Amino acid sequence: MANIIVDHGKCDLCKVCIDVCPFGAIDITEGRIDINAACKMCKLCIKNCPSRAMTAAEKRKSADKEKWRGVLVFAEYFEGTLHPVTIELLGIGRKLADDSHMKLCAVIAGSGTAETAKDLACYGTDEVYAYDDPELAHFKVDTYANVLEDLISEIRPSVVLIGSTSIGRSLAPRLATRFRTGLTADCTTLKIKPNTDLVQIRPAFGGNIMAQIITTHTRPQFATVRYKVMDQAVRGEETGRVFDRSVSGEMLKSDIDVIRVTHKESVTSITDAEVIVAGGQGLKEKEDLEMIRELAFLLGGEYAVTRPLVEKGWADYTRQIGLSGRTVKPKLIITCGVSGAIQFAACMNCSDRIIAINSDPNASIFKIAHTGIVGDLYKILPSLIGELKGDRK
Amino acid sequence: MTNLKIIVCIKQVPGTTKVDIDPETGVLKRSGVSAKMNPYDLFGLETALRLKAEYGAHITVISMGPPQAETVIREAYMMEADDGMLMTDRKFAGADVLATSYTLAAGIRKIGDFDLIICGKQTTDGDTAQVGPAMAEHLGIPHVTWVSNIESVDETGVIAEQNMEDSLEAVRLKFPCLISVEKDIFTPRLPSYRNKLLTADRPVRVLTFNDLDDSNENNYGLTGSPTQVERIFQPEPFTDRELWDLPEEVSSHKLIELLESMKFI
Ligand SMILES: Cc1cc2nc3c(=O)[nH]c(=O)nc-3n(C[C@H](O)[C@H](O)[C@H](O)COP(=O)(O)OP(=O)(O)OC[C@H]3O[C@@H](n4cnc5c(N)ncnc54)[C@H](O)[C@@H]3O)c2cc1C
Ligand SMILES: Nc1ncnc2c1ncn2[C@@H]1O[C@H](COP(=O)(O)O)[C@@H](O)[C@H]1O
Repeated sequence: MANIIVDHGKCDLCKVCIDVCPFGAIDITEGRIDINAACKMCKLCIKNCPSRAMTAAEKRKSADKEKWRGVLVFAEYFEGTLHPVTIELLGIGRKLADDSHMKLCAVIAGSGTAETAKDLACYGTDEVYAYDDPELAHFKVDTYANVLEDLISEIRPSVVLIGSTSIGRSLAPRLATRFRTGLTADCTTLKIKPNTDLVQIRPAFGGNIMAQIITTHTRPQFATVRYKVMDQAVRGEETGRVFDRSVSGEMLKSDIDVIRVTHKESVTSITDAEVIVAGGQGLKEKEDLEMIRELAFLLGGEYAVTRPLVEKGWADYTRQIGLSGRTVKPKLIITCGVSGAIQFAACMNCSDRIIAINSDPNASIFKIAHTGIVGDLYKILPSLIGELKGDRK
Repeated sequence: MTNLKIIVCIKQVPGTTKVDIDPETGVLKRSGVSAKMNPYDLFGLETALRLKAEYGAHITVISMGPPQAETVIREAYMMEADDGMLMTDRKFAGADVLATSYTLAAGIRKIGDFDLIICGKQTTDGDTAQVGPAMAEHLGIPHVTWVSNIESVDETGVIAEQNMEDSLEAVRLKFPCLISVEKDIFTPRLPSYRNKLLTADRPVRVLTFNDLDDSNENNYGLTGSPTQVERIFQPEPFTDRELWDLPEEVSSHKLIELLESMKFI
């Protein structure tokens, strides 16, 4: 059984499929086109085959989608606080629920969750389910998976959204596997079709391209969602009904012991900053970074840098934006002397407002900047800082 | 300490993540067809080798992929892995996370008893970091991700330090269990030429669909994959942009006005 089926009668061995296959999954064996195990079913070969010799094999039969309704958001909670990605999940969750005429539910697990559960009821939810037990105080992937399994089996949501955090990305694959269903990692765009199929878009190949993924035949549809990409839900009236769920001894059985938790030193985090001023290799000396710091300070924000500056030892790694650094989504980001390489751009291009200063009019940062300023940062920044300081006096 | 039985999951990935889409045809342009071991898996293998040095261990590497993925197993031999298994079959093709993890779990059952499975943090092509936890679920064993340090190992389990966003958490897992390790947990050694010669004749065990206990094709490859890639495309550029190509003093002044109008100052 091949998944891409080649009609060897039609195939004239033109090798176009071999060239277009991004996975190197096609070769010629014994004089015939052969699809090997690297195939990801992207179907580019089918689309590009000049002799239309390729087709896709059908998948197995569908779950009854009508029996799986609703959007369920996993509220990530620890010691009285919600991870902010939760509010973003509720924002996109509400939208997906409205677009498909379904309800929005949230589930919270932890110790002493009552108050936060009530809080979740104020973010546009219809239902909030709370599992409250001292044994749940710490995230353990097995107990949390048990708790969520309990709820999902009962309320049968169509969509389950989990933050793409350390916890979320450990929990989601266990759950999705338990339900033998699909999970798409680290989504940056979500839409829903009228038939409740979730359209999931995520960066692939290190952010160089985007992939659109659907889970057509199984339910629920799991997605982890990148932090700082979706718009937050707005706090309003208490719309959600809160249900207290009982926690059984069976759910709490665990093969994992948490023996020590050390909080990392709280460095001012660029991920939470509303305003960021970012410097790149357009800066000539380490000292020049001071202008970036000062501008950030004057605007009440944080400064950040590109990777080469971290490599040169000019700034700490925690200030690096990019694929090998942090993803940011501030209200405002001003980049100064940054070229806008994809590894940088992919992790800040969701910012509400992007202003770029670069002396090269062809710099790729201008493709994503809302306001591009062609000019020398050594002239612009000092006068900007001067005017701002004048303002403050 | 007794001999640990460790399984390391390694994958062959494209040599580069640089891809371009032809704007006219919408076709992916692959630059270079070379393949290599997933760089993150080098850290998994190195972790196993360090445990071997400290506690004694037998290390089996396993990979699912096309026949040419044998190369990464040979490379693991050159780094001093003891045994290797390649799962390859057309019926495994087109696998997403669920089917990949199911197939690997089936292969691991064939290897038999083990104490510890080590995965890389993620792959550079699939890039999901999900296959490890999914495999643990299939096998019904506990797992811990983002491991940045192994504190200790005894006959019954491992204490590993997990690198979370705001904290480091030391957790104890009973054997058998699975961990996926962070990049930089240890510096991977280079494959040695001497080992290449020494292991040139060492066989790589090959497992195909027919060797597995579960012969339901619906659990493997494309048919066993609930997710489907509908399309791939290049991120869209913004359309609503402004470019100021003005003398610096003018731009600087305009910028102040803009920031004021947006209430940033
Ligand atoms: C796997 C991988 C991961 C990576 N991860 C990251 C990451 O996380 N973060 C990251 O930032 N990079 C990352 N990179 C590197 C990335 O590809 C780029 O090399 C990097 O972002 C470029 O930094 P830059 O813009 O500061 O420097 P450059 O590309 O050198 O750009 C400097 C810019 O400054 C402009 N300039 C020069 N002088 C002036 C002046 N006087 N006034 C105004 N403008 C001026 C120039 O026109 C130029 O556009 C990664 C690369 C790889 C391969
Ligand atoms: N085909 C495969 N063969 C062996 N190991 C794999 C395979 N795919 C994924 N893995 C393991 O799972 C980890 C996470 O992969 P991923 O979920 O694709 O990011 C990798 O670092 C490997 O250790």
